[in-house]
Amino acid sequence: MQPESTNGIRRLTTLLKSTGGPWAALVVLLLVCCISNEHFRSVQNLVNITRQVSYSGLIALGMTFVIAGGGIDLSVGSLLAFSGVISILGMNAVPGSETLAVAVAAVIAVALGAAGGAANGALVALGKVPPFIATLGTLVIFRSLALYFGNSGLVSSENEVYREIGGAVIGGIPLPVWILLILTVVLSLVLKRTRLGRHICAVGSNERVARYAAIRTGLVKFYTYLIAGTTAGISALLFGGRLNSVSSTSAGLSYELDAIAAVIIGGSSMNGGKASVWGTLAGILILGIVSNVLDMWGISVTLQGTVKGLVIIIAVMMQRKTLK
Amino acid sequence: MESELLLRTEGVRKSFEGTPVLSGISLELRAGEILGLVGENGAGKSTFVKCLLGLHRPDSGSITFLGRDLLRTGPAGIAAIPQEFNLVKDLTVAENIFLGREPGRFGFLNRSLMRSESRRLLQKLDVEIDPERKIDSLSVAEKQMVEIAKALSVDCRLLIMDEPTTVLNQKESAILFRIMRELKAGGTSILFISHRLEEIRTICDRVAVLRDGVLVSCDPAESLDAMEIARRMVGRELKQMFPPTVPPSGPPLLTVENLSSGKEVKHVSFELQAGITGLAGLAGAGRTELAETICALRKRSSGSVKLAGETLHLRKPADALAHGIVYLSEDRQGSGILTEFPLDRNVTLSSLRRYCHAGIINREAERACAESYVKKFRIKTASLETELKYLSGGNQQKVALAKCLDNCPRVFLFDEPTRGVDIGARSDLYEFIRELAASGVACLLISSDLEEIIGMCDRVLVMRAGELAGTLEKEHVTEEEIMYLATGVN
Repeated sequence: MQPESTNGIRRLTTLLKSTGGPWAALVVLLLVCCISNEHFRSVQNLVNITRQVSYSGLIALGMTFVIAGGGIDLSVGSLLAFSGVISILGMNAVPGSETLAVAVAAVIAVALGAAGGAANGALVALGKVPPFIATLGTLVIFRSLALYFGNSGLVSSENEVYREIGGAVIGGIPLPVWILLILTVVLSLVLKRTRLGRHICAVGSNERVARYAAIRTGLVKFYTYLIAGTTAGISALLFGGRLNSVSSTSAGLSYELDAIAAVIIGGSSMNGGKASVWGTLAGILILGIVSNVLDMWGISVTLQGTVKGLVIIIAVMMQRKTLK
Repeated sequence: MESELLLRTEGVRKSFEGTPVLSGISLELRAGEILGLVGENGAGKSTFVKCLLGLHRPDSGSITFLGRDLLRTGPAGIAAIPQEFNLVKDLTVAENIFLGREPGRFGFLNRSLMRSESRRLLQKLDVEIDPERKIDSLSVAEKQMVEIAKALSVDCRLLIMDEPTTVLNQKESAILFRIMRELKAGGTSILFISHRLEEIRTICDRVAVLRDGVLVSCDPAESLDAMEIARRMVGRELKQMFPPTVPPSGPPLLTVENLSSGKEVKHVSFELQAGITGLAGLAGAGRTELAETICALRKRSSGSVKLAGETLHLRKPADALAHGIVYLSEDRQGSGILTEFPLDRNVTLSSLRRYCHAGIINREAERACAESYVKKFRIKTASLETELKYLSGGNQQKVALAKCLDNCPRVFLFDEPTRGVDIGARSDLYEFIRELAASGVACLLISSDLEEIIGMCDRVLVMRAGELAGTLEKEHVTEEEIMYLATGVN
């Protein structure tokens, strides 16, 4: 056999092994839903699902890095609200050109997201605060700041360019979904192909071994939170553009839980060391389809959490089985 | 008079994913007998033990223990001291000893009983460990003693010891042997696994030799010498165990001056030249801590480190590595290798920069590098992608070594490099250390195995209680002089 083709086969099998389960589950779920409900299978509905999951999906991509490095980030939902609120306030403060205002908002949202992530990273890496505690603290802080600057209500803009960008559809696919896909490709490469990605997995697998291998474990952990914060900032920008407003009370609420669930459903190990960005994308799509189809079936919104919770538990149980 | 038959295995077979690991093991063990079990890494010793403990189910064959079918009744009456520690890090010594069978009433623990019982057990082993200490704070040898105490705290008819002495010094080993003889006198049988053939010969009644999953022989210990056991294990004639020494020579490569770190390392000064220098001392003398301080893995409270006369400012482990100072850890699974990572990614873990361009890993170059080490060290593995947890201890150690070596070392600190490594792989390692030293690398060999220190080194540093107790050269490198310096008593 040609060495090239064995290489290709090997790559395909590794890819399937690491991400195959969640994608297979996604395909089955899609088929079942498409067959059982004609409204579900309309193109418009499918596009809507991808748009709905894209905001928490972006956050889930960043969360994959934090979990791969053996950490957890509970603050990303609040960080989305905070950077969203401040970026719209910033946008409204820019006189004249609407395009310039959007550019300012974009810089603010991404920079604030990165800064929030950096704060988390510094607490964990330098302050040696356990990730759960550190990000629980910043979860409360970011939300409180969002409420303070947003006067506990909706922060809106009248910027038409922002609305257009937020609602833009390119080739039938909404802009946030494009960004989700592009970032999935890029971040998957970062995790699998770069030194940073390798070091993140090493630190998550066994931090002591990583330290003995002269890896700068603190810096590596810092980067994971920086990435997570940045994805929250990007998400905030797109999220605000959808309705040209951000609610300081409800924006990003419990997104961190959806993101964590997506990472886990996507086959990454909660203990760190093993992670797949493509798996996370499948995870977020599964979550989106489940809540959408429950809507279609007329199941009460209050009960949907129960089903979602069960999906998470069953997904993880199935993965444990296949791992053994 | 023949004593009672305790254990009988007949034709025990076990394969993993089509690879036979045990090919029909039949042996008997009588009450009050110490049976030595030897074999190279991967010969099937650990798998056999796991079958006895009910952790693996044999594919075929039978195991009878005390007249009952062990596979049905379970391994009650068998206790084991595992090869890798099985202790909960965050619990105390006493809590670990009684883990899972804590004494008490109505769900409340009887802490004072746990403490006093633990103290009694540890005193029996002649070790001073406070039962209230956390496992995390213990040295490797102390952890081993706790494992032994834990096994002894259960009433058992058969005690399985999987390489219990690898981390113990001679004094500690002697205590262990005394306990073993006491147990034997009380009618307990012991299955004793070790790579140290001399001790196998002294302590065991019979010696069973495994090779590639087959029981090669099972003969009385007095009829065998160490060389004969080794020959049966390997299945071929062995060369001289230790290669010719490489005495330190040339200008000093590494100069350590007045180095201190907390209470563990106190004002240590020495020089390393190209060649092999030994570092001996009792467990807890600060040898590992000294090596870790040199590599900036541990905070230095005073002193300096010079490389070829130039003072180094080592603030983080990467600094030491950048200057070619590498450290092979004694704690293979805890700080040496990533057991959940594939082989190739372990090899390049600390040298990944060399296989990257602008941060992107060149997988082909990385795999080629791992491949070359697999060949060079004869690492037995299914593929380069195999996770290290599926490799035997000796092969894991070779990967750990490859990882260190891939950083172009100028100074190589080996900490217990042959711990838990079988005789065949061990002579590979010795030969490799010799080659490295002969090529001009300054090698420091830290070892608790005096035979190894004496066989490998012409110059030996000895540490005692964090200080450098003395340096021995040439004909002074003897067991007596090392122990004298290590213990401070004649």
